[in-house]
Amino acid sequence: MTATKEKKKIFVADRNELSIGLGKQVSVDGVVLALFLQSDGTVNAIENACPHKGGPLSDGIVSGEHVFCPLHDWKISTKTGMAQGADKGCVTCFEVEVNNGKVYVFV
Amino acid sequence: MRQERIVLIGNGMAGIRTIEEILKLEKNRFHITVFGEEQHPNYNRILLSSVLQGDAGVDDIVLNEYSWYEDNGIDLFTGDPIIKIDTKKQVVYSRSGLKKPYDHLLLATGSNPFMLPLPGVEKEGVIAFRNIGDCETMMEAAETYKKAAVIGGGLLGLEAARGLLNLNMDVDVIHIADHLMDRQLDSDAGKMLKAELEQQGMRFHLNKQTVKINGRKRVTGLTFSDQSSLKADLVVMAVGIQPNVGLAKQSGIKVDRAIVVNDCMETNVSNVYAVGECAEHRGIVYGLVAPLYEQGKILASRLCSTGKEELPVYEGSIVYTKLKVSGAEVFSAGQFIDGEETKSIRIHDDFENTFKKVVIRDNCVVGAVLFGDTSDSSRLLSMMRSKTDISQMSKASLLPSEAEGGQGESLVAAMEDGDTVCGCNGVTKGEIVCAIKDQGLTTVNEIKQCTNASRSCGGCKPEVTELLALTTGEEVSTVAEPLCGCTTHTHEDVVAAIKEMGLSYVREVMNVLGWHSEAGCSKCRPALNYYLGLVSPLQYKDDPNSRFVNERLHANIQNDGTFSVVPRMYGGVTNPSQLRKIADVADKYNVPLVKVTGGQRIDLLGIEKEHLPNVWKDLGMRSGYAYGKTLRTVKTCVGKDFCRFGTQDSIGLGITIEKKYEGLNTPHKVKMAVSACPRNCAESGIKDVGIVGVEGAWEIYVGGNGGVDLRSAELLCKVQTSEEVLETISAFLQYYREQATYLERTSHWITRVGLDSIKQAIFDDGIGRDALIERMEIALSMHEDPWSEIVDSDEKKTELFKNKSVIAH
Ligand SMILES: Cc1cc2nc3c(=O)[nH]c(=O)nc-3n(C[C@H](O)[C@H](O)[C@H](O)COP(=O)(O)OP(=O)(O)OC[C@H]3O[C@@H](n4cnc5c(N)ncnc54)[C@H](O)[C@@H]3O)c2cc1C
Ligand code: SF4
Ligand code: FES
Repeated sequence: MTATKEKKKIFVADRNELSIGLGKQVSVDGVVLALFLQSDGTVNAIENACPHKGGPLSDGIVSGEHVFCPLHDWKISTKTGMAQGADKGCVTCFEVEVNNGKVYVFV
Repeated sequence: MRQERIVLIGNGMAGIRTIEEILKLEKNRFHITVFGEEQHPNYNRILLSSVLQGDAGVDDIVLNEYSWYEDNGIDLFTGDPIIKIDTKKQVVYSRSGLKKPYDHLLLATGSNPFMLPLPGVEKEGVIAFRNIGDCETMMEAAETYKKAAVIGGGLLGLEAARGLLNLNMDVDVIHIADHLMDRQLDSDAGKMLKAELEQQGMRFHLNKQTVKINGRKRVTGLTFSDQSSLKADLVVMAVGIQPNVGLAKQSGIKVDRAIVVNDCMETNVSNVYAVGECAEHRGIVYGLVAPLYEQGKILASRLCSTGKEELPVYEGSIVYTKLKVSGAEVFSAGQFIDGEETKSIRIHDDFENTFKKVVIRDNCVVGAVLFGDTSDSSRLLSMMRSKTDISQMSKASLLPSEAEGGQGESLVAAMEDGDTVCGCNGVTKGEIVCAIKDQGLTTVNEIKQCTNASRSCGGCKPEVTELLALTTGEEVSTVAEPLCGCTTHTHEDVVAAIKEMGLSYVREVMNVLGWHSEAGCSKCRPALNYYLGLVSPLQYKDDPNSRFVNERLHANIQNDGTFSVVPRMYGGVTNPSQLRKIADVADKYNVPLVKVTGGQRIDLLGIEKEHLPNVWKDLGMRSGYAYGKTLRTVKTCVGKDFCRFGTQDSIGLGITIEKKYEGLNTPHKVKMAVSACPRNCAESGIKDVGIVGVEGAWEIYVGGNGGVDLRSAELLCKVQTSEEVLETISAFLQYYREQATYLERTSHWITRVGLDSIKQAIFDDGIGRDALIERMEIALSMHEDPWSEIVDSDEKKTELFKNKSVIAH
């Protein structure tokens, strides 16, 4: 998909389906995302496959804005998608809008 | 333009290091093909000693996994040696019939162990110590045989001998010279080493020449030139190596003792190069990794050059060695035997059992031997490399560890930025300090990953640790490991604070104790959750979000993100109706693999997360806890009802124990076993708690481990009744829960604190023992089966297990 192509805004979840400190896997037309609710009410959405070996990030331990991959403990920012520390790599981030308790993702 | 083709023969340490160096310089310029005779990806041969000594598993020593080759577009052929090189057509041929053309050919075929041509050398049970296969042979032999003989009292022989001791074999070392490690040590240090190793249980036969290996099909012993003989069921030959040059020779490449190369690692044939143990440079063949790595770097810059720049050349290396046997600190470098033009400083301290010798020629250090205390080694090496003029230096600055009043100035602090800290990988102090600063590294492991320092023999780990402390400004003397990178507090500090201040939430602990990171990490969160539950078992509400996914979802995550389910089978006992249930569930959910585990359970592998609650419901069995930091299983043998040797009801006791301690939170996983006689069919000798039935009594063993750090359990006590067994387990496990740090196995804990201190705490003081048992009962009262809890809660099912799926129209 090229950057110029219009992204679609898609309703993915009610905010109260999400809990702080716990990722949620959502697949949108086959694209598999991980959603993370932050303590300030915002939601981050990233591709649910660790840049290392594709671990399901939604199953990781969530610490604030970061999630630790359940397979080999890489630390990934849920905001920027970047691997932290000595590890290199990143996952795709998706823009999120939260409106009236409804979570939308631009895919 | 077509990519230039590099073919590497030899998937070992020198060859792959050269490829790594090439990839650093030119990621996409070459198409690389690697042939290896062994069936493994590139592994760290040095650490075979650690595998044998039980400190690492075979998987732990892999340097580059298959995925690394893939990610870098390298074609790898393992188990397929090259058998012919056509240097005219520039093509190589493999045993399986592959034919690959090359533009550049790298030979890194290493060496073969030298086997003394003794009569009987072909017998079963006579091996070398060179590769993973040899290591495995020794470990297997140790299961059936008792007596091992090692021929060769050099570095390799002694490391093998130590490993065989750890495998519970009797070990005799036969050495032809009059002191050990005669290529690295002078006779004083050699004698001290012998005394130290004798204490560890090795027996030595010096000045002995083996003339024959006895036995029919399998070896039964050795005969020496003085007609004496020795019994042995396993013989490890470690007398030297022979460069592996057959292929080069028959391909017309010039070979002397090894493949002859110039200062650019070029052979006499154009476009053919050699590095590593198969290469001879200025008349020297090196048998250690540090020089090989230097060679790899030179060759890489030669291959990546554009032809215009001036190229670095290889001028030879100063070699040094460290013996990797715990309890015997030995270091040796350069020219360590006194000669005509040398003078030496020697310090021999019988009280401290240390020996230090520094050999000096023309006011420069040219060699050194250190025994017992090797902390000066990197300083001395760097003086040797830089040819520092020492005429103005005091003894204390040559050997800082001898300075009055203890340590004096830190060694690494005194090093120049350009000085090498990690000799194996050629990493300088400057590079490490930069990496720590620029990338905010906080652990030795991170430094290892970023810079390669201490990735090989690990000998420089103390220096790297010290550099880390110096650079990050933490006091060097506060060596106590903090709980994790988020805090400076140790495990003990944190537990004490939780108790004293009555803290009750993970976040609260982090706030009150001033965590650097606001939300903690995957190391401290699970630890805090455990400590809080330990201190207040009745009040604390477990925080599932601070648990690793396995414990949060009560199933084991697999590499593809699916899970495995292990239902509880107390004592490993099942029945037809359970088996039928399991079979039905396996059919219904298309379970791809059903497997019996090492702990006598049945594992259903490859289940989607969303199906877990239904699988549990259909099984109708309790959770087998194959995933938690808790009691895993109690393995049992058949015991007195069926076995002709059994003296006790091992199954009955095993089931009672498993029911009682099911679901208990512990610092790490706990495995138990009950055998009904000393034949130990349930492997009680390598469990955290192992029970062995003897006539009229039970022996209780603790602190065993069958995993990475293989360790046999130690006898804690012998008791008469099964009630006493349970009481003792309670006291022991509760003491472990309270005293060990999170993620510390019983084996490590016992090694750290000593069995005696544990015996004292759980036996000597009646009141203390009763209190421990009572606290255990309280902890156990909290257990509920997690599977049925989740099956019964719609809320938990949706929150934890339900993935969502959205169609975007
Ligand atoms: C137990 C042990 C402990 C050691 N400890 C230390 C230590 O503490 N410090 C230290 O510096 N050094 C140590 N060494 C030595 C060090 O491991 C070697 O110097 C180093 O591995 C040599 O690297 P290399 O690449 O030249 O050879 P290797 O690592 O042996 O690699 C050569 C590879 O080439 C393959 N090969 C051979 N012929 C062919 C062919 N025709 N086609 C395809 N493949 C082929 C072989 O199978 C082998 O895998 C130790 C060695 C052993 C065995
Ligand atoms: S440990 Fe002893 S009693 Fe148990 S099965 Fe083995 S031989 Fe029989
Ligand atoms: S797959 Fe995520 S850390 Fe390995």
